Amino acid sequence: MSSKPVEQLSQVIVRFAGDSGDGMQLTGSQFTSEAALLGNDISTLPDFPAEIRAPAGSLPGVSGFQLHFADHDILTPGDAPNVLVAMNPAALKTNIGDLPRGGTLIVDADAFTERNLQKAGYAQNPLEDGSLDEYQVHAVPLTSLTVGALKEVEGVTPREAERSKNMFSLGLMSWLYGRSIKPSIEFLEEKFGATRLEIAAANIKAIRAGYAFGETTESFAVTYEVRPAKLAPGTYRNITGNQALSLGLVAASRLSGLPLFLGAYPITPASAILEELAGYKEFGVRTFQAEDEIAAAGAAVGAAFGGALGVTTSAGPGIVLKAETVGLAIMLELPLVICDIQRAGPSTGMPTKPEQGDLLMVMYGRNSESPVPVVAARSPSDCFHAAIEAVRIALKYRTPVYLLSDAYLANGSEPWLLPELDTLPDLTPTFATEPNAGDEFLPYLRDEQTLARPWALPGTPGLEHRIGGLEKADRTGNISYDPENHDLMTRLRAQKVAGIAGDIPELDVDDPGGDAKLLVLSWGGTFGPVAAAARRVRANGKHVAHAHLRHINPFPRNTGDVLRRYEKVLIPEMNLGQLLQLVRSQFLVDAIGYNRVRGFPLRAAELQDAIESLEETL
Amino acid sequence: MSENGGNGNGALTAKDYRTDQEVRWCPGCGDYAILAALQSFMPELGIARENTVFISGIGCAARFPYYMNTYGMHSIHGRAPAIATGLATTRPDLSVWVVTGDGDALSIGGNHLIHALRRNVNFKILLFNNRIYGLTKGQYSPTSELGKVTKSTPMGSLDWPFNPISLAIGAEATFVGRAIDTDKKGMTDVLRAAAEHRGSAFVEIFQNCPIFNDDAFDYVRDDKEGVNRIVLRDGEPIVWGAERQKALRQRSDGSIEACAADDAGVLVHSASHETAALAFALSRVTQATHGGTPVGIFRNIERPVYDDLMAEQLRLAEEKRGKGDLAALLHSGETWEVGRP
Repeated sequence: MSSKPVEQLSQVIVRFAGDSGDGMQLTGSQFTSEAALLGNDISTLPDFPAEIRAPAGSLPGVSGFQLHFADHDILTPGDAPNVLVAMNPAALKTNIGDLPRGGTLIVDADAFTERNLQKAGYAQNPLEDGSLDEYQVHAVPLTSLTVGALKEVEGVTPREAERSKNMFSLGLMSWLYGRSIKPSIEFLEEKFGATRLEIAAANIKAIRAGYAFGETTESFAVTYEVRPAKLAPGTYRNITGNQALSLGLVAASRLSGLPLFLGAYPITPASAILEELAGYKEFGVRTFQAEDEIAAAGAAVGAAFGGALGVTTSAGPGIVLKAETVGLAIMLELPLVICDIQRAGPSTGMPTKPEQGDLLMVMYGRNSESPVPVVAARSPSDCFHAAIEAVRIALKYRTPVYLLSDAYLANGSEPWLLPELDTLPDLTPTFATEPNAGDEFLPYLRDEQTLARPWALPGTPGLEHRIGGLEKADRTGNISYDPENHDLMTRLRAQKVAGIAGDIPELDVDDPGGDAKLLVLSWGGTFGPVAAAARRVRANGKHVAHAHLRHINPFPRNTGDVLRRYEKVLIPEMNLGQLLQLVRSQFLVDAIGYNRVRGFPLRAAELQDAIESLEETL
Repeated sequence: MSENGGNGNGALTAKDYRTDQEVRWCPGCGDYAILAALQSFMPELGIARENTVFISGIGCAARFPYYMNTYGMHSIHGRAPAIATGLATTRPDLSVWVVTGDGDALSIGGNHLIHALRRNVNFKILLFNNRIYGLTKGQYSPTSELGKVTKSTPMGSLDWPFNPISLAIGAEATFVGRAIDTDKKGMTDVLRAAAEHRGSAFVEIFQNCPIFNDDAFDYVRDDKEGVNRIVLRDGEPIVWGAERQKALRQRSDGSIEACAADDAGVLVHSASHETAALAFALSRVTQATHGGTPVGIFRNIERPVYDDLMAEQLRLAEEKRGKGDLAALLHSGETWEVGRP
């Protein structure tokens, strides 16, 4: 226990920022683990460059990790940090603009050398020129303290000792917020203990030294406590969106009884799903790292033809290449799940930054009339359930389904209340085993209710049939150029997807007062900021309703009714108004957009302003 | 059930492999002969019809699956090897055949072809090479000769053609063969060996397009006496000609030249040679340069098969970690309990 006074806080937002090689992601995720195990609610936002190691000390090389932890349930990683840990001048320069006045700034004083200052574009040392006077600055010589502490650890080079400074800062932060460093020590023992005992020892010593430094230094007068949050009872783990999505796919494989086949080509920010699933071979998961995005999707379709659960994952620049395969799956009417982990910008854009710019592409980015159901995850842990839902629709309706996530959900993390397995849906599909029209098998004879066609697997005697991308005759599936048949088939494919609206939950509205005139409609990864903004608005005594779309194609069946109940509808998106266009065209509702494409999640405070100023006009 | 599904449905005949679909190739198209050969050859394999799958891309050749009464998929231009990879790796019990053309396999699908071959996925690729685009009505293809005058190249094509056999060998293919549409016996011999080969088997079939590139292979198609065909037979000297008076031999730089059959050093064919150099040198033997065209099996070696390796990893993972337990997986990593208030 600390001997210094303890101040209670209800929530803290910490941002660790440093060079790409400084280990900021590790520091941040370990601090997150400590907070999670203490029972805080947490939400994280890693923010790193696409370059693996941009030149040391340079502005493009800065990597950040923001953690929001609180004694109550929270919805976002926070707009701006209360505490900024900057490991060098470049990290300070790129992040200081986000730190509000009076915020706490901890810097590695040793890194503020003339050379590093120059690389960051500082003419003068900001630690000395008074420019940081409005912050609570703690200039701690992290590097030299770390190196000094590790002098006696055998087998550790000075360079390796220096690299442990991130663990020193972790120790210091752990002390400052009264977290136990035990989980981090256990983590390091497990990570390095077997291979490089001395590295484990050095890092552990660095954490302890950082913790002890906080206790003894006069630089910090108080410590802070953020008590555990009151979360729903159960077992929790901290999880990122990509992990949750991977586990959702494995679970869906079990729930359906179909072996999972993932075709993928490495791409940021989706690669982690391929890597994660490659580790689950004992679950019968086959991962195929294809020669390109097209082959990745094609192989998944081939696997689906054979009765596997075919999935392909990518981000926008890869999804465009898969469009022809998705079109084929629409014609074949085979299940396929395509996960689009959206990232910012056209072409290569900003690979590590989130955006919601792919919505209209997945809706319409194919030749001709080619409807595809679209499901979007709303938070990191929700990626698990969204994946299961995407698989459910794909299998039941024999259709490709787009599952949308984004770079923020993919890399961000939050506590996940682990589901009881028996609460998850049974996804077992029915395969055709016998002729379905006398002694004939008609591969396009549809189920009356779902309009799904039978799924007859190769290997089933008597049901040999051919499918393909050419237009099919209704029922028989033979090639047909008949005009009326094409019109019918086009409508049947559209009806099949539209009919899913009867099989998904209605759109739920959160309007505690029940008297709001303004509805805010969100989809996908903006759920957190929008819900947080709605809370703030209500805390100000104003009224706002919030509805969130998980299914975008088809929309929940009551969507039009809900939208028309309100005087105004505001649609915040990380794009220039894509859901807005869909809503306006489908429901003739004069909705208003709130659009930011900064490669960063929407900020709750800005949204609050937008909602409040719109509300005032009503 | 045997590895390829066995034959549980009695003796099949060519008729059993015909579908009720009207065959829609042009009169005189080489595809008819290939289809007939395949339909009469498939029953010999002893593979149940339901365990056979034909997958094609786009083009004239790609209509093939519609005419084979097996499972089949007519997919996307160039993508059949990718689709077949997904099927073959998840369903080792199936016999998977890819039917493709020179444009489909070597232009738009070139990438998928070479990667499938190097992986050695367990399927057979039949490339119907007519050295022209047929379905789009007569543009030059990646196997058309330099200077080919077509509608899209009125002054002659500018690009040097691929040699499909050289390409396949260069792509690390473990089985590479060539056959001629009108040579039913020769084609059946190559296809039988391809079917028996575990891994990717690549077979180029010279196929005549009577509409847009008629007589492209006359020198071997009509060559009943074997004047121009050099039939490769494993372990036998490579000789040909009406009197079997011509032969091939290797120069000291590894390339191959024509010689007389009674010259010293006549090359003895070895499809399973440890390096691909011999097969590659043979692939460079052409009518224009050597006065003869090799047909038969250029290369046939054993190498681990992608789908087998994948299945083995799954087996090992299960052996090491036990069959996956979903509840344990979800609860893995650091977890914590929140009690009831």
